[in-house]
Amino acid sequence: MTDTVRASASLRRRLTLVLIGGAAVLALLIYFFVRHYATQIAQQGQDEVLGASVTSILDAAVIRNGTLEIDFPYASLSMLNTASDDRVFYAIYRDGEVLSGYPSLPRRAVEPGGPMSWTAVFDGTPVRITTAARRLIAAEGQTVISVSVAQTQDALAGTLRNISQTVALFGAGFFLMATALSFWATSATIGPLKRLTTSITRRGPQDLSPVAKPVPAEMIPLVSSLNNLMGRLDHSLRQSEDFIAEAAHRVRTPLATVRSHAEATLQRVEKEENRKALRSMVRAIDESSRAAGQLLDHAMITFRADHLERQTLNLTELVTDIVSRLEPVAEMKDIAFRVEAAPVVPVSGDPILLQNAIRNLIDNALKYSPGESVIDITVCMDETARLTICDSGPGFPPEQMAGLVDRFARGANAEGITGSGLGLTIAQDVAVAHNGHLVLSNRSSGGACVTFSL
Amino acid sequence: MKFLLVEDNMELAQAILSRLRLDGHVIDHAAKIQDAIAFSELGEYDLILLDIMLPDGDGRDFLQRHRQGRKDTPVIVLTARSQVSDRITLLDLGADDYVTKPFDHAELEARCRAVLRRRAGSARNVTQVGDVTFDPVAGVVQVAGTAIKLRNRELRLLELFMNAPGQIFSKQKLVDRLFSYDEDVSDNAIEVYVGRLRKHLETSSLRIRTSRGLGYSLEHD
Repeated sequence: MTDTVRASASLRRRLTLVLIGGAAVLALLIYFFVRHYATQIAQQGQDEVLGASVTSILDAAVIRNGTLEIDFPYASLSMLNTASDDRVFYAIYRDGEVLSGYPSLPRRAVEPGGPMSWTAVFDGTPVRITTAARRLIAAEGQTVISVSVAQTQDALAGTLRNISQTVALFGAGFFLMATALSFWATSATIGPLKRLTTSITRRGPQDLSPVAKPVPAEMIPLVSSLNNLMGRLDHSLRQSEDFIAEAAHRVRTPLATVRSHAEATLQRVEKEENRKALRSMVRAIDESSRAAGQLLDHAMITFRADHLERQTLNLTELVTDIVSRLEPVAEMKDIAFRVEAAPVVPVSGDPILLQNAIRNLIDNALKYSPGESVIDITVCMDETARLTICDSGPGFPPEQMAGLVDRFARGANAEGITGSGLGLTIAQDVAVAHNGHLVLSNRSSGGACVTFSL
Repeated sequence: MKFLLVEDNMELAQAILSRLRLDGHVIDHAAKIQDAIAFSELGEYDLILLDIMLPDGDGRDFLQRHRQGRKDTPVIVLTARSQVSDRITLLDLGADDYVTKPFDHAELEARCRAVLRRRAGSARNVTQVGDVTFDPVAGVVQVAGTAIKLRNRELRLLELFMNAPGQIFSKQKLVDRLFSYDEDVSDNAIEVYVGRLRKHLETSSLRIRTSRGLGYSLEHD
């Protein structure tokens, strides 16, 4: 039955994937955010130094006697020294015209006031440029001096690389820890579900009682509907068993009435044609009641075979019980049972199924045996427990041998003997349910042999 | 023999009654558990035939009470249920045997005999004709005090003859009584058994006479 359950993605995998995916996204977010923030801070540092340098140059600008003089201190540029030997460029403009420095340095128009920084490409390398302007007032009028200082970004890139590495390491560590945590969380969450499954799988086949152990609140709807389902199943199984028993009763009682009347009448009538009719009536009744009984038995066996209830049994005991029960019937035909059995032949199986199978096999032997004959029954234990039943009836028709265990199949030589064609099917089904098998053969001296091994 | 039949289906009960009476048995009929209890307390029975589904309860309850009352009258259950486990509980509850409805009357008789034989208590049912005594339950035949061994069908044939000495039984009637309905036998098969029985009775005072075209009868010298 488990084969028919279609699996969607497992809960464990789903939960793990969601948790790990979440951790990965978080780790990436942390990485980018921290790196971005670190970049900003590092850039700010560089901008401040550049700004200080620009300001100190501007501060040195004076107009003396109508001439602009800038005597900027060495420190203005030396403060920009870095470990990576970044190159520094500058340019000084008066009213938009280059006074000194690199004329091709990228420029932007600035109003006098606080410095402004931006990144541009100069001489094939990215540089950070800070520009500030100052208004100077002299007797001739006013003039605007602006200064740009640029610096390559090697030191900054190095710092950023270091920061990125550290942040990446941190992110990876976070991710690993979160993964471990999500595995643990998943197991802890799935645990009660697993325990419920085990407790249900370990149940005996007839145990349909509700789950009594406490379960987590989220599982209560599932477990209560499971309990509900089992309750209904139990109820309907009981009902159908009762129904089968009741149905058998309803069918068999009138049949029994008709049969007994026919038998009683047969004792009184003399006319041969009436007697013939009564005899065939009795046979038809036997046929139908046997078929009804075996159909119900077969249904019961098919049901039980799905949930085999194994017990340790002594096969010899089972066989001798059934033999002694059938003794009066055998006696009617002067048939004797010759039983050769080891005292104890242990088998593990369902007693009701085995009894039914063995009874069907011995019943068959009885039906097909001629009067005053012997039925040989052997029970022994070699590699497997084995029961052999041999009669001296007509035997199995060799060409039909393979198909006789099929449902409703009957031998071509079974004419005139009541049977439903289910006896061997039942025996075979029971053998197969116990991982055993049923082998049909014929004795060389004539008569059928059935070997039932478990 | 004296039987008590507990069966609520009147039609079936009538059929069983008429058949058992035909064989010369005495039989009382109860249709309810209450009646059955009353009957079994008043009379002594050789055997009780008990149906399971009864209008005022389960036949198994009667069985249990019957056994608790230390009555050792053997009980054969007539069951119409087919579940094997049901049969097992029947035997557990103290039934001596059971037959499943519809049953072969000959099988019921055979089972009654087997149960009574196990209980080994019926010396009173011995029939005697001439110097032959016959105990149908034990299956023992004595000719002038010496036991002789007969097969089952020979015993049944002798039983028929001894229950009605002098009566002519047709071949068909004998076939019906000796063979089950699913055996295809000709009327002449009976000649074999009559022949054997004659041989067994050679030393006795009994003879089996053939009435041509009519059948056989048991005659006493």
